[in-house]
This record gives sequence, structure tokens and C-alpha cells, in this order.
Amino acid sequence: MTRALVLLRRRLVGSVFVLLIVVIGSFLLLEAAPGDAVDAYIVSTGGDAGMIELLRHRWGLDQSELTRLANYLWALLHLDLGQSVTFSRPIREIILERLPTTLILMGSATALSFGLGSALGIYAGARPGSFRDRFLSIGSLALYAVPGFWLGLVLIVVFAVDLRWLPIGGIETIASGKTGFSRAADIAVHLALPVSALGFIYLALYLRMMRAGMAEAWRQDFVLAARARGLPRQRIVLAHVARNALLPLVTMLGLQSAQMLGGSVVIESVFAVPGLGRLAQEAVAGRDTPLLLGIILVSSVLVIVINLAVDLAYAFLDPRVGAGEASA
Amino acid sequence: MKRLPHLFRSPEAIAGALILALLAAMALAAPLLFPGDPQAIAGPALLPPFQDWSLPLGTDRLGRDVLAELFHGARTSLAVGLAAAAAALLIGALVGTLAGFAGGLVDEVLMRITDAFQTVPSFLLALAFVSIVGPSLGVVVAAIALSAWTGPARVARAEVLSIRERDYVAGARVIGMHPLEIAFREVLPNALPPVLALSSVIVAAAILTEAALSFLGLGDPNRVTWGGMIAEGRTVLRTAPFLSIVPGVALVLTVLGVYLAGEGVVESTAMRRSLS
Repeated sequence: MTRALVLLRRRLVGSVFVLLIVVIGSFLLLEAAPGDAVDAYIVSTGGDAGMIELLRHRWGLDQSELTRLANYLWALLHLDLGQSVTFSRPIREIILERLPTTLILMGSATALSFGLGSALGIYAGARPGSFRDRFLSIGSLALYAVPGFWLGLVLIVVFAVDLRWLPIGGIETIASGKTGFSRAADIAVHLALPVSALGFIYLALYLRMMRAGMAEAWRQDFVLAARARGLPRQRIVLAHVARNALLPLVTMLGLQSAQMLGGSVVIESVFAVPGLGRLAQEAVAGRDTPLLLGIILVSSVLVIVINLAVDLAYAFLDPRVGAGEASA
Repeated sequence: MKRLPHLFRSPEAIAGALILALLAAMALAAPLLFPGDPQAIAGPALLPPFQDWSLPLGTDRLGRDVLAELFHGARTSLAVGLAAAAAALLIGALVGTLAGFAGGLVDEVLMRITDAFQTVPSFLLALAFVSIVGPSLGVVVAAIALSAWTGPARVARAEVLSIRERDYVAGARVIGMHPLEIAFREVLPNALPPVLALSSVIVAAAILTEAALSFLGLGDPNRVTWGGMIAEGRTVLRTAPFLSIVPGVALVLTVLGVYLAGEGVVESTAMRRSLS
């Protein structure tokens, strides 16, 4: 257990620095944006030059850049992300409202791409160089070349417009009054297409990694030893080859989380899913820079947390990780 | 020229090269075959494909020639993809070389910055950058490069770490070359091959990011883009799905061509290395 704690501590220290850089970067972007919070406020309420001066002073916008950066950091330490211009509400509230939807979407899409991708990867990697291996390799490459938003539109045309099997968008039937299990089922039906669109793109990645890892593992001595012992082929494939190829995929889960958050922006706007990604698009459309940067900060924290969790899982799965540091 | 036979060993690499050659031809021929503004009205609105031979792929919601838009879109896609990838590779190689060669605090700071860029979802970063600075071709290129340079930086740094211990670097130090001159004239060129091996993946990602940005309405408004065409077609998805499907197929083929050609190049260089 100490091993995991040492690893966690070291990663946490690194994460604080990374987060600080992200915050400073987003502050600089905020500064670069034309107009400030007072301009945005005045647009919606109106007011004269004296009023603008007063507000600038009250909100601390007439101070030097360093002071403003300090104020910004201080507010963030209190989890205050500021006020949204378009929604006229605290940004934290809006983001917390939208976050669960995105987490469900991302979680399901990750499960789909990881599960199906690694399974197909095992199938392809069981016989490297065979027809099915070549077919799946080319197929996954083609899938990887598909833009997520376009795949979403094609799925809509086929399953929602032509076949009418699934709803065209949204997160649940509006004002249906459903509760409990029937509501969950309703949400699942609505999320089927967005999850597929997001998941299928990344499926290719896991498939290719699994396949490559297995092709590599086949050449190693322990596999030769297992074959020499006369183990059944299926057992060699699953317990020896696939198992060793699986570990790098776990690391990929963490690295991929940032990509998937970015991908969910377009997928959520294609399917009108009210999550964080769609919020980002709404922020862009409404020129709401503070909201957009709030989303970026929250996403970065999310990415850091996911990567920490993945690292811990990795330390748990592979006893070699961090072993040297804990004993030192 | 001796390299070419190696390049075209696998059928996948040939297919990739053919697709890319076709695209390059489309991009170059666009102003010759379709002179004038591709965003100008050319006929009746929403003409289905293969109806009128002067407008083979039909027209969109506003009566613009889809084929002309497709050709001009190839120009934008290729230009943005190549420019952004070149910029990302350049920034990455410079940062990676500096970090790996300088070591110490410089390395630490540069790598934490790289970490930070990898933590922020790259598409969100590109989105924020374009929406704050304003959509134009140059800004889109900069935004994509900004979100794609970290991979090359890491690879370059790892390579530099091993190269800087070699004898010729020690020799360059002894003859009194300036450290920066050693870093960029002796070390960097030798660290490039593994960095350049990333280029196909980066070009492909850049093309896809550009498409996604224009799909969300953040492309250069004065240029035809495939992403923008898909977004246009989306408004009439029920009645005229081909308007979204056609540019999407072009995108898929382009990215696939880049991947296939890239794999072919990597395979052939790997083969040459194992032969020599």
C-alpha cells in the first residue's frame, strides 16, 4: 500500500504545477480576449462611463495584471469560477449541472471502445498475419480516419431518420414524467447513438494497440515456454499473450481521456446532448470567454484525476511499478 | 529515387499514395477547373447528384456547386493539415531539443509546460484559441499547431537525451562550439527521424481537427471547408443527406490516405534499417 501512496504523492505534486500552468495560461487567454467582464455586463444592462469606471474598480479590473492574476488564483482556490455572461449565473453551478451527463457519455463510450476494441484486438492478435488480422487492421485504420461528428450524422441518417429505431438527439424524452428505471432506460436509448459515435472512433486505437502488443508478446520466451509445456492454444492466447499486451492499454485509458473530452464537444453538439461539450459550444457561440475557460479548467482537473486513478490501477495491476521508490 | 520501390512494396502504401496524389491533383486543379468563387450560386437549390451534367454532384441548400466546393475544400484541408503539422513538428522539435539538451531547470520547466498542454483537452484548447482570436486560416493553423506540438516535443527530447552523450557532441564541445549551435546544428538534425515518423499521424489529426472546428462554425468564413459543408448539409439532413455524406467521405478518404502512406513510409524505413 505504501507503494501506491508514494506514487500518489509524487503525482499529486506534479499535478499541482501542471494545474498552475493551465490556470496562468487560461488567465492569459482571458486577458487576450477583447473586452472584459464589465463590457459584457454593460451590454446586457446598459450604463454610462461613470458606471463602467465604478464597476471596474469594484471588480478589481483597474488593478495591475499581477494583482488580477492573484485575485483570479485566490477565487479559484475558493472554487469560484466567476460569473457566466450568457447565463447570468455562477459558472461553477452551470458546469456541475452539465458534468454528470458528459461523465456518463464518456464512461459508456470508454467502456465500449475499450471492451470491444481489446476483444477484437485479441481476436486479430491471436493469429498475427492471418486474413482476419489484416482485415481488422485495415478496417480499424479506416474507422480511425472517420471524423466523430460525421459518423454521428451518418448514424442519425440510418438509425433515426431512415429506420426510426432511435431518437435523433437530446438526453431524454421531454416532459415524459418518467422516473426510476423507465427514466434510466429512456436516457440509455437517447445515449445509444452518441455513445456509439464517440466509442467507435477510439475502438480502433485499442484494437491496434492490443494487436501490436500481442504480436510482440508472441515472440517472447515465456510464450515459447508455454507452448513447449503443451498448454492449449486458447489458454496461451488469453492467459499469456493477451494478458501481457493488456497493460499498455490501461495507460492509454488515461491518456485518451483528454482526447475523449475534446471529442465529446462535437458529438454532444451533433446529438444535442446537454453536457459539458455542448456547453463549450454554447460558450463559443455566446462569446462567453470566462465560461469557456471554466470548462477548460474543470476538464483539465478531470483529466488529472482520471490519470491519477489510472496510475493507481496500473500500480495495482503491475507490482513492478513504484516498487523501487517505496523501498528506497 | 532508389527509395521509391521500397515505398511501394505493400498494397496499402500504394493505395495511400494514390489517394494523396489524387487529392493533391484536386487541390491544385481546383482554380483551373472551377475558376471563380466556389461559394457563388451556380444553379437551382438542392439539386440531387447525377441529374445535371454541368453540376455532377448537384447543388446545396443555396444552389452552390457541390463538386466545385469539394475541390476547393480539398485545398483548405490539405493546406491547413500540412501547415499545422509542419508548425507542430517545428515547435515540438525546438522545445524537445532545448529541454533535452539543456537539462536541469530549463528541462523541468519546459516539460511541465508540455504536461500542461497535454492535460488540457487539445480540441477545447483549439476551440478557445480560435473563438478568442477570431476565425481565419492562419489562426486555425496556429490553434491546431498549439494543440499538437507536445507529442513531437516528447519524442525529440527522448532522442536528444541519448544523442547528447555521443562522441561527436563531446567533440563539438571541445572545439568550443556554442551550446545552442551544438543543440541546433549537431543534435537536432540527428534527432529528427523519429520525430518526422509522427508526421502522418499529426497531419491526419490536424485535418480532422480543422474539419471539426469548421463544423462548429469556427473555420475561415471566406473559404470552403469540408467540415463547413457537412455543417451546411446538416440543416437539410432529412431531405438531402448526400450534402453531408459526400464531403464526409472525402474527409475519411483523405485521412485514410495519409495514414496508409505514413505506414508505408515507416515500414520501408524500418525495412531499410534492418537490411543495412
